[in-house]
Amino acid sequence: MEYLLDGFADGLMRVLRADPQVMLAAWVTIKVGFWATILASLIGLPVGFLLAMGRFRGRGFAITLLQTSLGLPTVVIGLLAYGFLSRRGPLGFADLLFTPSAIVIGLVVLAVPLVAVFSMTSVASVDERVRETALTLGASNGLVAWTVLREARFGMMAAVLAAFGRVSSEVGIAMMLGGNIEGYTRTLTTAIALESMKGEFGFGIALGVVLLAIIFVTNLLSRYIQRS
Amino acid sequence: MKSISKSWVVRLRSSLQNNQEYKYIPMARCFLSRFFLALLLVLGFWTHAPAQERLKLATTTSTENSGLLKQLHPIFEKKNGVSVHTISVGTGKALRLGQNGDVDVVLVHAKKAEDMFMERAYGVHRRAVMYNDFVIVGPASDPAGVFRTFNVSEALHQIRDSKSLWFSRGDDSGTHKKEMELWRDAGVGVFGSWYRALGQGMGRTLMAADEKSGYTLTDRGTYIALVAKGKISLNIQGPRGERLHNPYSVIAVNPKRHPHVKFGLAVKYIDFLVSAEGQGIIRDFRLMGKQLFYPNAKYSR
Repeated sequence: MEYLLDGFADGLMRVLRADPQVMLAAWVTIKVGFWATILASLIGLPVGFLLAMGRFRGRGFAITLLQTSLGLPTVVIGLLAYGFLSRRGPLGFADLLFTPSAIVIGLVVLAVPLVAVFSMTSVASVDERVRETALTLGASNGLVAWTVLREARFGMMAAVLAAFGRVSSEVGIAMMLGGNIEGYTRTLTTAIALESMKGEFGFGIALGVVLLAIIFVTNLLSRYIQRS
Repeated sequence: MKSISKSWVVRLRSSLQNNQEYKYIPMARCFLSRFFLALLLVLGFWTHAPAQERLKLATTTSTENSGLLKQLHPIFEKKNGVSVHTISVGTGKALRLGQNGDVDVVLVHAKKAEDMFMERAYGVHRRAVMYNDFVIVGPASDPAGVFRTFNVSEALHQIRDSKSLWFSRGDDSGTHKKEMELWRDAGVGVFGSWYRALGQGMGRTLMAADEKSGYTLTDRGTYIALVAKGKISLNIQGPRGERLHNPYSVIAVNPKRHPHVKFGLAVKYIDFLVSAEGQGIIRDFRLMGKQLFYPNAKYSR
């Protein structure tokens, strides 16, 4: 235990002294996590909303598919995305592999099902009477949708936050598509993987604390935004 | 839950009766404006493209984790105004990335795989850079009695016969390729439960062998680095020998196969590694007073 605690203390000191490597990894994590969350939300929230409110053929099957994709292992997403982004792949010309953008692409694939399923559940759990009442009061379709959306906003916010937590704590995609390039695509999680490879367990845990702190602050911010 | 939605229904009703949509638009605006403000705040910080031209190097964990590249790269970067992006993976994957054109240059250590890479014209401009050696490491108690053996095959036979734990990288890395070659040469093709293929990097494999008091094959560099930092307490047990030679080569990805690669820059990088300056840095690189790599560019051809 002692060797872990010693390393942890050292690591924490490096973090507190704002070690540029740690700061860069934290920055890359925030940047990549933010964009992946935004893009995944732009796709996932409408999809979840439509699946919850809409009545169309194949809806049940679409939901099952979506829920299944929640189980997609990140390494599989990483491999698939590598296949597309590699120079030999269909998107190779864009030269995106081993850039932060490549990580974002993989993370969006990971997070869209998450956001969609969470938001679908929150919209579906809005009291049916809200919708009915709005309809009987002569609200237009758009207004009904907006009303339900407002009711479900906390659930949707939770979906977005869950997505941020998931993408910023992910390792496989960031490693395969980013390449763990120092100061460029090295995120906190791939840095932790590297430190554990080098046997620097304590420092790895200190980096984990930084990651948790970032997610903690994000949640605080969102609570502040929600209070209106 | 019910009371909340009920009160909401009441609010909804009254607002709809008073003025159809009046109350909703400001609410929507308020939310949206806040959302866009947040979006704008963070939109500003997407600095995707690196300011400098970048050279992508795929290499093995042994060169990256030892810290050698951190000595070499800043000097090359300053000279040429570029940034070297290092992707450290096993040799097998590094060559694969080169074959796919995903990197510009590779620094690897697996002679036969490199020969194949060259034969199939995936790479050009191959140069020998440095070498060290592989060693068989194991617990101080040496249950297999490897320390007293005179050649590698004998050592491996002892390990198998005593059914001592053996940890294999199992990841198609240069070290793994070497290990398979040594077992093959020793005439051992059947492994029991004492043989553990991890599928992990050298550092993790060494630590696993250390935890479980097993044997493993490692490059001397990674071994010294971990011992120097007090991470493992394994001893070098196996014999030395020509067959444990561990040469590193640097190869540019063939621009005829992948026209987009930065071939000119890759050649500059290779020339730097084999220059007197690059070779000197490799020779002087020490970890806890021990030399990890021996430059040998002058022997290249």
